[in-house]
Amino acid sequence: MPKRTDIEKILIIGAGPIIISQACEFDYSGTQACKALKEEGYSVVLINSNPATIMTDPEFADATYIEPVIPEAVEAVIEKERPDAILPTLGGQTGLNTAVAVAQRGVLEKYNVEMIGATLEAIQKAEDRDSFRKAMRNIGLRIPESGIARSMDDAFKIASKIKYPLIVRPSFTLGGTGGGVAKNEKDLQEMVEAGLDASIISQVMLEESVVGWKEYELELMRDRKDNAVIVCSIENMDPMGVHTGESITVAPIQTLSDKEYQTMRDASIAIMREIGVDTGGSNVQFAVNPENGDMVVVEMNPRVSRSSALASKATGFPIAKIAAKLAVGFTLDEIPNDITGETIAAFEPTLDYCVVKIPRWTFEKFPETKDELTTSMKSVGETMAIGRTFKEALQKGLRSLEIQRYGLGADGADRTEVSRQEIIDKLTIANSERIFYLRYALQKGFSIEEIYQYTGIDPWFLDQINKIIKVEETLTANRDNLTPELLLTAKREGFSDVQLAQITGTTEEAIRQKRYDLNMRPVYKLVDTCAAEFRAATPYYYSTYEQENEARVTDRKKIVILGGGPNRIGQGIEFDYCCVHASFALREEGVESIMVNSNPETVSTDYDTSDQLFFEPLTTEDVLHIIETQKCDGVIVQFGGQTPLNISDDLNRVGVNIIGTHPESIARTEDRKLFAAMLNKLGLIQPPNDTATDVDGALAIAERIGYPVIVRPSFVLGGRAMKIVYTKEELVNFARHAIKASPKYPILVDKFLEDAVELDVDAISDKTGETVIGGIMEHIEEAGIHSGDSACVLPPQSISPEILENIIDATKAMARELNVVGLMNVQYAVKDDTIYIIEVNPRASRTIPFVSKATGVPLAKAAAKVMLGRTLKELNISDTAKNTAHVSVKESVFPFNRFPDVDTLLGPEMKSTGEVMGIDDHFGAAFAKAQLGAGQKLPVEGTIFISVKDSDKQAAAAIGAKFVEMGFSIIATAGTARFFDEKNIANHPIHKVSEGHPHIVDAIINNQVGLVINTGTGMGSQVKRDGYMIRRAALKCGVPYATTIAGGMAMCKGIAELKKRNIAVKAIQAYHRQG
Amino acid sequence: MKALLALEDGRVFDCNSFTGPGETSGEIVFNTGMSGYQEVLTDPSYRGQIVTMTYPLIGNYGVNKADVESARIQVAGFIVREYQDFPSNFRSEGTLAKYLQENNVMGVTDIDTRALTRHIREAGAMRGVISSNQLDPKVLVEKANQIKSMKGQDLVKEVSTDRPYRWVNNQPVPLEKDITALDETTWIDNSRPYKVVVFDYGIKYNILRNLERAGFELVVVPAFTTANRVKQMKPHGIFLSNGPGDPEPVEYAIDTIRDLLGYRPIFGICLGNQLAGLALGGQTYKLKFGHRGINQPVRDIQTGKIEITSQNHGFAVDIESLKTEDVEVTHINLNDNTLEGFRHKGIPLFTVQYHPEASPGPHDANYLFNRFKQLIEET
Ligand SMILES: Nc1ncnc2c1ncn2[C@@H]1O[C@H](COP(=O)(O)OP(=O)(O)O)[C@@H](O)[C@H]1O
Ligand SMILES: Nc1ncnc2c1ncn2[C@@H]1O[C@H](COP(=O)(O)OP(=O)(O)O)[C@@H](O)[C@H]1O
Ligand SMILES: [Mg+2]
Ligand SMILES: [Mg+2]
Repeated sequence: MPKRTDIEKILIIGAGPIIISQACEFDYSGTQACKALKEEGYSVVLINSNPATIMTDPEFADATYIEPVIPEAVEAVIEKERPDAILPTLGGQTGLNTAVAVAQRGVLEKYNVEMIGATLEAIQKAEDRDSFRKAMRNIGLRIPESGIARSMDDAFKIASKIKYPLIVRPSFTLGGTGGGVAKNEKDLQEMVEAGLDASIISQVMLEESVVGWKEYELELMRDRKDNAVIVCSIENMDPMGVHTGESITVAPIQTLSDKEYQTMRDASIAIMREIGVDTGGSNVQFAVNPENGDMVVVEMNPRVSRSSALASKATGFPIAKIAAKLAVGFTLDEIPNDITGETIAAFEPTLDYCVVKIPRWTFEKFPETKDELTTSMKSVGETMAIGRTFKEALQKGLRSLEIQRYGLGADGADRTEVSRQEIIDKLTIANSERIFYLRYALQKGFSIEEIYQYTGIDPWFLDQINKIIKVEETLTANRDNLTPELLLTAKREGFSDVQLAQITGTTEEAIRQKRYDLNMRPVYKLVDTCAAEFRAATPYYYSTYEQENEARVTDRKKIVILGGGPNRIGQGIEFDYCCVHASFALREEGVESIMVNSNPETVSTDYDTSDQLFFEPLTTEDVLHIIETQKCDGVIVQFGGQTPLNISDDLNRVGVNIIGTHPESIARTEDRKLFAAMLNKLGLIQPPNDTATDVDGALAIAERIGYPVIVRPSFVLGGRAMKIVYTKEELVNFARHAIKASPKYPILVDKFLEDAVELDVDAISDKTGETVIGGIMEHIEEAGIHSGDSACVLPPQSISPEILENIIDATKAMARELNVVGLMNVQYAVKDDTIYIIEVNPRASRTIPFVSKATGVPLAKAAAKVMLGRTLKELNISDTAKNTAHVSVKESVFPFNRFPDVDTLLGPEMKSTGEVMGIDDHFGAAFAKAQLGAGQKLPVEGTIFISVKDSDKQAAAAIGAKFVEMGFSIIATAGTARFFDEKNIANHPIHKVSEGHPHIVDAIINNQVGLVINTGTGMGSQVKRDGYMIRRAALKCGVPYATTIAGGMAMCKGIAELKKRNIAVKAIQAYHRQG
Repeated sequence: MKALLALEDGRVFDCNSFTGPGETSGEIVFNTGMSGYQEVLTDPSYRGQIVTMTYPLIGNYGVNKADVESARIQVAGFIVREYQDFPSNFRSEGTLAKYLQENNVMGVTDIDTRALTRHIREAGAMRGVISSNQLDPKVLVEKANQIKSMKGQDLVKEVSTDRPYRWVNNQPVPLEKDITALDETTWIDNSRPYKVVVFDYGIKYNILRNLERAGFELVVVPAFTTANRVKQMKPHGIFLSNGPGDPEPVEYAIDTIRDLLGYRPIFGICLGNQLAGLALGGQTYKLKFGHRGINQPVRDIQTGKIEITSQNHGFAVDIESLKTEDVEVTHINLNDNTLEGFRHKGIPLFTVQYHPEASPGPHDANYLFNRFKQLIEET
């Protein structure tokens, strides 16, 4: 039966900002859904607050609402667009929960909108732990003993029935927020409290622990004729107790016989039927007792999930696209299998390779949090690798992580002298480094059995790792006569040239040369869903060392686009967005596009985004092989963030043609001396700065340029380990550590510009030297808050025309001086009408998608065309677009709730995982939308808490007055209260925590506070401690908070707007039309 | 240990034996299942064939006594990309290598199985020789060309049981009687109302397990058992099993089936389906490289539902040749629209080309064993 004709317009709910456990994969799924539904002639309406997504590009939907993904906004969109149906299963947990909320408000009946994909009943049956448990009983499946608690008392009652340890799981949350393993009453108390707030229906489940059992996942699809197929089976290397999102996982399942696998298959289909997910994809997780095969159901997600993205990339089966088609009535046998072209989607993909997914963590950014993996996610990204064997895939995966590792050790980054005890500790408690400790353990002579006892990792995996180490040992033993046979064995086991160089004491180049002399190069094999049973139409490749090469080389002009690799803080979806646009541009220009990336969550790794897809690590070795096999004409390194830039010198050195801005120009912006020289030449100013190699040197500089100074060790990029220091003591402290950490590297000391306004400028230049300003963003928070973390507004609100003119001139001057061809981003700080250059990046920046959404100018795409030789004139791109009539605000979203004990104060080191956009005709409304989109529930009445450092009191008074005028009541801590009294602003004083109960934290917990404005100072540990407790409490209780005075001011404006009217929604297509 | 695989068309692959020295020959085919290697090894339908697993890692979960489909390993040889010598599974009783050695079956590893698979896909299933003794490609290719080809060979007689046996509690139980003595009195289990004679053309145990689960009393008889002998037994139903190779030369079986048409309800699987097709006057032909795997989509035309099926066959019934007014096509393969099942409108007979007993593979088509029971109940 073909598609439904009784519906015409479909509303798709996006997943909102990138947060931990909800990353690019929902842009990938949403984009596929939009494409699939448009392809079928439906009119598609989309709501998603995340501007960095491809799906929110104007072409992908008929009406695109970049509005907060909250019930109010969705209702407004429904009211305006009157869709026939709403598709809630492609926007992650956020999309699903929002849809449920909308339905429960009766909005769907009111406008008679049908929920397609999954019904409300089905969603609730799967998501509500209690009804899920009943459902599983009905079909005779076992799930861990458990009980539902709605209060602390319930919790203890249940705990008395089931023995400790207990798993605490809130209902309706994702990535295990607020969950954990409670080993005793104390743990239970804490976790249940956390869980109850985390759950939107304040309900948690306490569950019998099956920690240590093997964890499996099946991805399946079902159509409305009840045909069901398993798309992919996944085995977690890390056993139960480590969240699937935190586990190294492998596809397909490795250690189950067909009998056991089929039992699991039957169970998963039975579950999908019982839950009643009639069409689309679901994800079912199982735990299996390694001793006797007992199987329990862990959970089912009645929607496209993180694992579905992985499954799609691992198999070539486009789950999201097909889910969308099934939702509108197609059946699996009516949908073609694009990969083979000749077969249909009603089959089960079969692999003839092994896939390994490894999470990417950034614990280094949250030093207060222990590096321990639990049932709640902390990883910010993941990488996937494909090989013909597990060993090859694992080693490729490890070098794809971009953590300066080039395989399973032996890459120069190993720890020497690790004590047995330390190894045991690292094995026993899962952590981001455990994979390397498995190696240390085996090298130290731990038996596989022992390691299994400590880790619960299946011996099969441990043996695989042991085999890698055995090869390494052979290599070491023969380091002086590395025979061709041995070299080939090593390559087949996934060893990188870097590892081989390290082992044999030569250079990567030497090893490469040796291989090339032997003509030892990898071959490329296809991901074809069918293990070669049918011819594959789509060129989706991975490399391996085998006999036959399947790479198809055309004689067209070809350009390679290097992607961004795994998401991490500071480098995320924004860069994938740019790479995808580069690919679109190449297609439009008739050039063959070749995408290289290792991040399975992305749109760039969709098989139909580029002409050819290589799912490979982004290292010099792997990239060179592709360039050579494909005989490429050029490479784009500007769009993948820091990743491609890190290898651009190597590529350049061996004569690869890097198109666009020349690598030397990049060097001129990264090398401090060259950079300073350039600014001098152009008569531009940067904050006074210098570099020191020892403590005294640093102190001398600080004395000269004056405190406060901003310091950082020169070896880290991306604002890592940056610190603002106000005093001699702090500086000495920092300098000591920095120098101890890396004696070779100097410390960079800059004058810290206090209370300066920061601006971001994105520009694009062509080969004729013409430069167009894409957009100018004024940061809400002052300089000192990382550009990636502070909110910003386009166009600027408080900057004088003269300053803006000067900024534009400066930007163009630098673009010309650097011969930029493509994109350039500059960060400025303006203080007392002086313009300081903070940094220049001659490449795509994090703000490109935001600017493009705000102005309607596809900058990344244009940049790619310019790099191919087009001129801005030809593309008719001009300066005018940047002055939009509407106001666009970008707000950042932070993962603090995942990192206990971390202060939420912002600083020069980036901490945010994602961003949202708010657009409206006025700043206030736009800002309010951005806040709502970011999950801050701005109050329209009630009490505001204000407590600020002295230098902020003047400004705080203004804010206070405004709030009072709006009818809010104000509570403030002593100092602030006194100041307000003088300015006779009505307020009630309240105790700091250190002053004893009842204090501000009590007030927050008893939700007597609607908004917290609290600016912390670096000094006085007690002050800091107080501020810290206030901010953590606000975070925990979901009370919106501002940690800068500027942020507070903006919130005040936003709230003023919200009081006037409730949010009005408008499609970006409409904004762009009006220009 | 170094070994070579040589194909009749001259293509040669390097590999290593993981079962020690040896030489073996047969038709090279590939199976795309990612699990179930032990079931594959012991499936009599693979007689005379060297099986390549397209999934590269094989041996991971070891072998055990329970997962066998016949009394011994049936394949002529086994080809994998990376043999796994360290099995891990709570049911594992030993390594794959040891298992193959005990059965004197050669296994080779470290070979580009994907290249081999693509070659077979393009050039068709073909004869080949694996050897660790003879490493001269020319000689081996020569040998490969000496092998009898599948077409025209009766492999059934090699795998069919020579004595009848009962199937009780999931095991074969030898019959005291010999064939000539088979009659009504052969049936002894009153708790099982329906008696079914099972023709063994190379039957998989899991078919018998399923028939027993469906409630039948079973007597398995050799392929050459005559129609008269069966009639002496007065069964309620007759089952035609799967089996290896080309159906055409198995004339004795075809004749027997022809004589039994209409006598009692008949259910056939795989080779049984092909023999029944021939008995009904249809034709069979050799597929280019066959269907071997556990992900083949089949549509049940009556219900419209799709089953993901387990398959293993190199020959098929020509769907056109059966388009007579009294035969109805009931199942077709959605990948290549080949015939997957038919029924006779006039007499109680239905057969499927694929393997509803799975093992390895999905259980989607399991309902067919009950359908057989219903058919018997109705007639
Ligand atoms: N009963 C249990 N015993 C031990 N570990 C568990 C149990 N239930 C869940 N887990 C672990 O917690 C992780 C998250 O649980 P899950 O139900 O999948 O929540 P989420 O919705 O966050 O995926 C699982 O991947 C598993 O590793
Ligand atoms: N001299 C300075 N005065 C004030 N703030 C600064 C200064 N230098 C850097 N910052 C702040 O630190 C942030 C990060 O510094 P930046 O050089 O941009 O590092 P990154 O490479 O991480 O972007 C900037 O966004 C800015 O807010
Ligand atoms: Mg889960
Ligand atoms: Mg910066």
